[in-house]
Amino acid sequence: MSAQNRIKGHGQLSLAKTINFTFDGTTYQGLEGDTLASALLANGVHLAGRSFKYHRPRGILSAGPEEPNALVNIARDSTRSQPNIRATVQELYDGLTAESQNRWPSLAFDFSAINDGLAPFFPAGFYYKTFKWPPKAWDKLYEPIIRAAAGLGKSPAEADPDRYANRYAHCDVLIAGGGIAGLTAALAAAKAGKKIILCDENPNFGGAILYDNALEIDGLSATEWVEKAVAELAALENVRLLTRTTAFGYYAQNFVALAERVTEHMAEPDPALPRERLWQVRAKEVILATGAIERHLVFADNDRPGIMLASAAQKYLNQYGVAIGANVGVFTACDSAWAAAFDLKKAGVNIAAIVDLRDNPPLELQEKAQTCGIRILRGYTVTKTSGRLRVQSISVQPINGGTVEQIRVDALLNSAGWTPSVHLFSQSRGKLKWHQDRDLFLPDIYVQDCISIGACNGTFDENELIAEAQAAGNATRKKAKAIRIENQSSWAGNAIGAAPGAGPSDNVKAFVDFQNDVTAKDIRLAVREGMHSIEHVKRFTTTGMATDQGKLSNMHGLAIAAEQLGKNLPDVGLTTFRAPYTPVTFSTIANHARGPLFDPTRKTPMHQWAVDKGAVFEDVGPWKRAWYFPKAGEDMHAAVNRECVAVRKKAGIFDATTLGKIEITGPDAAEFLNRLYTNPWTKLGVGRCRYGIMCREDGFIYDDGVIGRITDDRFHVTTTTGGAPRVMNHMEDYLQTEFTDLDVHLTSTSEQWAVIAVQGPLAREIIEPLVEGIDLSHEAMPHMSVREGKICGVPTRLFRMSFTGEMGFEINVPADYGESVWQAVYAQGEPRGLTPYGTEAMHVLRAEKGYIIVGQDTDGTVTPHDAGLSWAIGKAKPDFVGKRGMRRPDLVAEGRRQLVGLRTKNPKVVLEEGAQIVATPGQTVPPAIPPAIPMKMIGFVTSSYWSEALGHSIALALVEDGHSLEGDTLYVPMEDRTIEVEVSGCVFYDLDGGRLNGKN
Amino acid sequence: MLLIHCPYCEEERPEVEFAGAGEAHIDRPKDMNAMSDAEFEKFFFIRDNPKGVNYERWRHIHGCGRFFNAARDTVSDKFLTTYKSGEKKPEVATQKPVQGAKK
Amino acid sequence: MAKIKMAKARPPHEGRRFANSAISIEQALPASRISLRAGSNELAELTKPLGFKLPSKPGTSKTKSGLSALWLGPDEWLLINNDPQAISKLMENLDAVKCSNVDISHRNTAIIISGKAAEDVLNSGCPRDLSLDAFPPGFCSRTLFGKIEIILWRLSENSFHIEVWRSYSEYLWTFLLDASKDAG
Repeated sequence: MSAQNRIKGHGQLSLAKTINFTFDGTTYQGLEGDTLASALLANGVHLAGRSFKYHRPRGILSAGPEEPNALVNIARDSTRSQPNIRATVQELYDGLTAESQNRWPSLAFDFSAINDGLAPFFPAGFYYKTFKWPPKAWDKLYEPIIRAAAGLGKSPAEADPDRYANRYAHCDVLIAGGGIAGLTAALAAAKAGKKIILCDENPNFGGAILYDNALEIDGLSATEWVEKAVAELAALENVRLLTRTTAFGYYAQNFVALAERVTEHMAEPDPALPRERLWQVRAKEVILATGAIERHLVFADNDRPGIMLASAAQKYLNQYGVAIGANVGVFTACDSAWAAAFDLKKAGVNIAAIVDLRDNPPLELQEKAQTCGIRILRGYTVTKTSGRLRVQSISVQPINGGTVEQIRVDALLNSAGWTPSVHLFSQSRGKLKWHQDRDLFLPDIYVQDCISIGACNGTFDENELIAEAQAAGNATRKKAKAIRIENQSSWAGNAIGAAPGAGPSDNVKAFVDFQNDVTAKDIRLAVREGMHSIEHVKRFTTTGMATDQGKLSNMHGLAIAAEQLGKNLPDVGLTTFRAPYTPVTFSTIANHARGPLFDPTRKTPMHQWAVDKGAVFEDVGPWKRAWYFPKAGEDMHAAVNRECVAVRKKAGIFDATTLGKIEITGPDAAEFLNRLYTNPWTKLGVGRCRYGIMCREDGFIYDDGVIGRITDDRFHVTTTTGGAPRVMNHMEDYLQTEFTDLDVHLTSTSEQWAVIAVQGPLAREIIEPLVEGIDLSHEAMPHMSVREGKICGVPTRLFRMSFTGEMGFEINVPADYGESVWQAVYAQGEPRGLTPYGTEAMHVLRAEKGYIIVGQDTDGTVTPHDAGLSWAIGKAKPDFVGKRGMRRPDLVAEGRRQLVGLRTKNPKVVLEEGAQIVATPGQTVPPAIPPAIPMKMIGFVTSSYWSEALGHSIALALVEDGHSLEGDTLYVPMEDRTIEVEVSGCVFYDLDGGRLNGKN
Repeated sequence: MLLIHCPYCEEERPEVEFAGAGEAHIDRPKDMNAMSDAEFEKFFFIRDNPKGVNYERWRHIHGCGRFFNAARDTVSDKFLTTYKSGEKKPEVATQKPVQGAKK
Repeated sequence: MAKIKMAKARPPHEGRRFANSAISIEQALPASRISLRAGSNELAELTKPLGFKLPSKPGTSKTKSGLSALWLGPDEWLLINNDPQAISKLMENLDAVKCSNVDISHRNTAIIISGKAAEDVLNSGCPRDLSLDAFPPGFCSRTLFGKIEIILWRLSENSFHIEVWRSYSEYLWTFLLDASKDAG
């Protein structure tokens, strides 16, 4: 199709650059530089969408980010499909494919438009009132229906294949908005040598003056002046210019978020480019030059396609060369719509009439209209419009009453005046003030180092605006060079609230909020029903809650509510402006943090070896740990059983690198440990180790681990894998702020060492040939000792310790050597049955021995006594963290949950971890079938495994007064049965611990 | 994201480098064992949580690693001042915003 | 006893590098590293084993004869010696004076990023002001990059040394490569 509404000689686009695009299956032609909206209008397409609630046909209302109607779905391919794109900001590219939304089966015939006929049944608050009772209907009936009907657009089903980027940036001055005010401020600030970021949401700088054909600046046309200003700025090193970049959030301390759309306008984006980039800017000063948004008038049937903001029509004509109709009416309360009418007239469009609500619009406008032969209706209002899919006529009437006249039009411009865009100022926590004389909310109290200039500050006069912008950009320097302004047009004139003819006594649909279908009547109803604050009115009617966030509707809604309440407008309150200013994709906010960068994945130096051996991994915090090493045909159960047996009978090799390690040095290191751990440390000899428990001040177990004394003033502390960072923080806290008398330093060495645990009866003979300088004999190196020497020629800290109950060693080597030493040990041991085992076997082996895992068998409310670890408390020590806490009344009371072993009566049954425990049979899991006895939980299972070594299941559990229940029978009710268990001690295997010394 | 002045690094750093660590100026008693249960409760569990100036501990955990103290206005979220741990609690008043643009 | 076969070191990302017209990223060679902790009274004593006065101004560093000292905190420095074998001698010298010295040669690994887009690429994940005024050559600091902690050390106008715990280096590489795609 050809673009019949494109007028030769108008606009700033090159007619030569024609591109194709598709809307709802029809292919059209547009020009490079078009928006989707301007291209549709060039082809005479006004109907662009359906409204949310009533499914009324809607046209393109605006030419900017405030667009409430023309929301479309744009799909580059099946994975790149994005709903709710505003056609007015989407730049056209060759091959762009757009679909209208919220209609079925087609935009011209939408089945749900029946809602419009049923409108009397859908008043404000309809959903709140209707879907109330009975409660059961919510799940089955109301929610499914509402969910199906609700929502704008469809989200894509596949993962987003594009990449998104982030950039932190710092500058002296951030200028949001690159219209005449922003550009002037930027020029002034740049010349003062400041580091500047200037951003604008549009593809080009210039803002509203780009479509002001009359304006002359320093003898240049507006477009020439903008071009010169931008060229000047672009040449400066201290200036960063960002177009297609919306400042959407203003946070504390001049931290401003910008969303840059990098490739949205490209037909074939370079895959190296991110689709969007988030800028997180910290600015010493912020200059807000965000302009103003023209409001629509609230009159009957003001939502028909073809009814458009006057400034939008002017922009389509002067920037894109598109006439929005051939016979256009104008309905206004503001001077600027007259200028739009004159431009259209000059381009050959018939202006059917200018209907002005004011009795006395400026004389020079009236004279000019008369000169052009335009009919003027002063003190008139529009009472009605007609036309289903496109406006066909308007009915006009004097405001004071009188004859109604119908005027045929194919488009209607309208303007209620301009609302300063104070969104970012308001987000900065600045306070607005109502200016009664001008019907404007303007910035008043600033709480951050920022300043508003130009239209967003209510400064519409270009001369004043230039002075304001120059002062803002270059406050400290002498007066900047004057800029000469000629032929500026006026933005004066305001109407807020419903226009005459849509007042309280009129039963018409005069839309306030187009996207959410809120009419003046709805707002009045909300007030009548008791919503007296604008916050309540907003939530009850949903005005201002659509994706456009009330950019057009907020002031009208406020005025109508104020009128209905009989209050002054500022007394009704103003809803809070929140980020984002315009919708921002989740991907932009997530940016790099997707896939492998969502969260760091930590791997040990031996990871690849385990991968090569076919290990299955589990996530332990950020770490990948080998869970088990299945052989061909083995399931997890079989693999774990085999690994456990190997450790008990021969030897196993285990990667313990992830354990936290802290080097504690200094003359007071032992005393520091005395205060931080429950155990005594002073007498621990050099070369010996001890199992330590760390509590918080409240007396509960916080962490545990084995600590070795390397020299008098140097300890090697281990922590749990997950506890490493918080233990370090806890220690630093006490060291820096409480125990400042101690000469101690802490260094994390978690990743300095790779740790290879070799456990089992053959452990010693396997590693012995590789070790130099250490006597491994039982006498020279007994259980719980540590030696320094060499293994495979590299330095090692060799621990004789065990988390399996078998004789074992933990070989610490500098991490770069971890893999190589592991391979050497494995090569040495494999012929003798050395078996790699994973974390699951490790869990089974330690549970057979009743060794706790902090965080699994404890939950932050378990004391060392509860866990059966009273032996680890240094009772002679005068103080340690947690000592006083342990004497708290609740911690010494009876009935505390204590750690016990459980054996199922049927040895084959393995309990579920987390299962609840009761004292008597017959108690069942809710929902209980009468006459069952309700459950009284006395504890729960913390660890549970099948023990191949013992031939029966084992479990650990926290049970009320459990230590006194040994031998008693308890019950574990499950959904389908109740399991009988017997309470035992926590140690199941090798009760006297002889195997630690290579006996039994 | 706030900027927080680290008294040890002597400059403002992004908030993400820091971790909050609760109310400041609560000293661990020299003789913990002499505390009554009520005293322990007050020491360990009870916090002021004022509206207005709050004295609190922060750690520059992803910076110099030091714990320090701050006075922060819990209404405006503003850090009024920061100072090294061990230093005396400074007197600070909440700041009122200024009417009218600065320029 | 049979001769023990010497274990082989396998540093993370050995030899890994990436370059385009605006950026070059490479894994630094293995080095000796010591976490040095000392109080203000002990500083004078340290001059002898180190061969220079420790920098005491926040964020500053000092390099002499292949040994660098980076101020990380009021009582904390990171010592880096480009010679991986230098560690034992240095540890020995430090053992002789009052300080805390812990070998962290294998805990950390380092990536060098250089080129005209280095600052921008780093600012994709690091929230700090990396302009030359705020972060001049020689300046160093522990900070964050995305979700991990790093030590950032500016070597020259367009070149940075990033220290990172070894298991986080994969994340760092992946992020830097992602951010470098459109650098320049």
